Amino acid sequence: MGPKRAMNWISNYVRPTINSLFSRREVPENLWSKCPECGTMLFHRELSENLNVCTSCDHHMAITPRERFAHLFDGGVFVEVAVPAPISDPLHFRDQKKYPDRMRAAQKQTGEKEAMLVAEGEIGRTPIVAAGQDFSFMGGSMGMYVGNAIITAAERAVKLKRPLVLFSAAGGARMQEGILSLMQMPRTTVAVEMLKEAGLPYIVVLTHPTTGGVTASYAMLGDVHIAEPNALICFAGPRVIEQTIREKLPEGFQRAEYLLDHGMLDRVTHRKKLRDELITILRMLTGQPPAVKGDLPAPAGATQAPAPQPAKPGTEK
Amino acid sequence: MTNYLEFEKSLAEIEGKAEELRALARSNKDMDVEKEASALDKKAEAMLRDLYKSLDPWRKCQVARHPERPHCKDYIEALFTEYTPLAGDRNFADDHAVMGGLARLGGTPVMVIGHEKGNDTKTRIERNFGMARPEGYRKAIRLMDIADRFGLPIIALVDTPGAYPGKGAEERGQSEAIARSTQKCLQVKVPMISVIIGEGGSGGAVAFATGNTVAMLEHSIYSVISPEGCASILWKDADKMREAAEALRLTAQDLLRLGVIDQIIPEPVGGAQRNRKVAMADVGKALEAMLKDLSKKKPDALVKERRQKYLDMGSKGLAA
Repeated sequence: MGPKRAMNWISNYVRPTINSLFSRREVPENLWSKCPECGTMLFHRELSENLNVCTSCDHHMAITPRERFAHLFDGGVFVEVAVPAPISDPLHFRDQKKYPDRMRAAQKQTGEKEAMLVAEGEIGRTPIVAAGQDFSFMGGSMGMYVGNAIITAAERAVKLKRPLVLFSAAGGARMQEGILSLMQMPRTTVAVEMLKEAGLPYIVVLTHPTTGGVTASYAMLGDVHIAEPNALICFAGPRVIEQTIREKLPEGFQRAEYLLDHGMLDRVTHRKKLRDELITILRMLTGQPPAVKGDLPAPAGATQAPAPQPAKPGTEK
Repeated sequence: MTNYLEFEKSLAEIEGKAEELRALARSNKDMDVEKEASALDKKAEAMLRDLYKSLDPWRKCQVARHPERPHCKDYIEALFTEYTPLAGDRNFADDHAVMGGLARLGGTPVMVIGHEKGNDTKTRIERNFGMARPEGYRKAIRLMDIADRFGLPIIALVDTPGAYPGKGAEERGQSEAIARSTQKCLQVKVPMISVIIGEGGSGGAVAFATGNTVAMLEHSIYSVISPEGCASILWKDADKMREAAEALRLTAQDLLRLGVIDQIIPEPVGGAQRNRKVAMADVGKALEAMLKDLSKKKPDALVKERRQKYLDMGSKGLAA
């Protein structure tokens, strides 16, 4: 009786109190946020229901992989795939701060372990593996962990014979891992090769921003490239280019629509339409019949078969 | 006329003095300065050996970028026969920052590709300082593809500050070109050998340096970002490049410890720029040995081992 009550007290009172003290994600500090594009004040619930897209001007704001996956997978249900932890601080890197201190700060601020989330589940009853890069975690930067995450995602996809959908978002390589971050370019390319050899679709959704070594490896090697509107996608950032060529860059340079015009993307798709589009493409690539669209409950329950189409006149014998 | 680096100033003084003495003796036959001059020579030699014995990372960067270091073109001319350049990406242009073609190394036909920086103002501009545009990477992909289909080993000489950050380069898909080049390196069923001869600048280097065997010259560097760039981002002060060079672990010695490269090719005392012939000959010997080693392997094993090497990379950190 005693220990059980103690446990109850811990789980009902102590833990929530600790959680509320430390996790900032649970309760938004501010119920209203301002759209950085048009200045409209947006209520947090309304914004999150609209997938962090401004309801007034359609500006796509950052969304964490966890939030994205909650909207992406049927009934919001997905299983997180464990990513092998790399050796921490492999170079004993120190700039103005120590790398482990920067890591701890990022973990505390985001409540996440690292900059990529891998999950498996179904979208429109189509089983997939998804990987989402988290820009809020040290700029989504690609180090050993992100490399491990992509390799794990590809291996999992090959094992389950499922397509991989990857949402990229990163400032580039993680400088604090030096050359080892650079080596994630060939490492993640090996992951792409695994999918290719297994004959599995690999779809990249490029979100704002996708730059540097990330763009120059797995983000540009998809079978299909879809970008979110106005996402910055580049190798060298606009500031670096302006310093090099000493001239102003044209309006919309390196934005998703610009890349679409220059042949680097297949599509630019609004975040609200993305899920349906992914389902449509994936089901065709994997030879499955058209899906039932819209929000679906979690896959556990039986689904109702669609009503049979009335026979066309003249086809009946 | 030697081009001295900043940290070689005291060396320049001594070598200058010796030269002055000898010049004096030449105009004045009665003077015998040889004893003094050779003493100075000895002193300079000892100093040079001392300086280069333990170059700190920032000094390594300066040596790696030394304008008189042998460049890709020099190595091709010195080490290969029947070099037949192949040009163009068949889509847009021929990028002169990347050179390559068919050649023989010790009689064996190979495909050689590399970044070329140029060695005077005119050629540097023509070569865009070794900063390739998408066309350069696409030319390399085309050449690697030919090599793959005809069973020729590929030798890549890496020497670039990085891929060119320009408007046109971005518009024509710099990222995609680099990604495809790295992918090609991983796909080819022939031996893929890369040697970083000077600067291995970020993604622009990876595109050629993903090989079965990756070697670095003793004083070359290979990094995710230039120390200057890293300093201005993480220290918010570009003058902190010394600290950044230290933190980034960009020297051949650190990279070998990390398991990122497979071997170091020693340079003559004072760096490859001080004794170009010997430096190039040593690279030639190393290349032939690497080629001989890899030639024994079956095509599928080459692909499999190359991939596994990258999958395993970095798992041990500096303890590797």
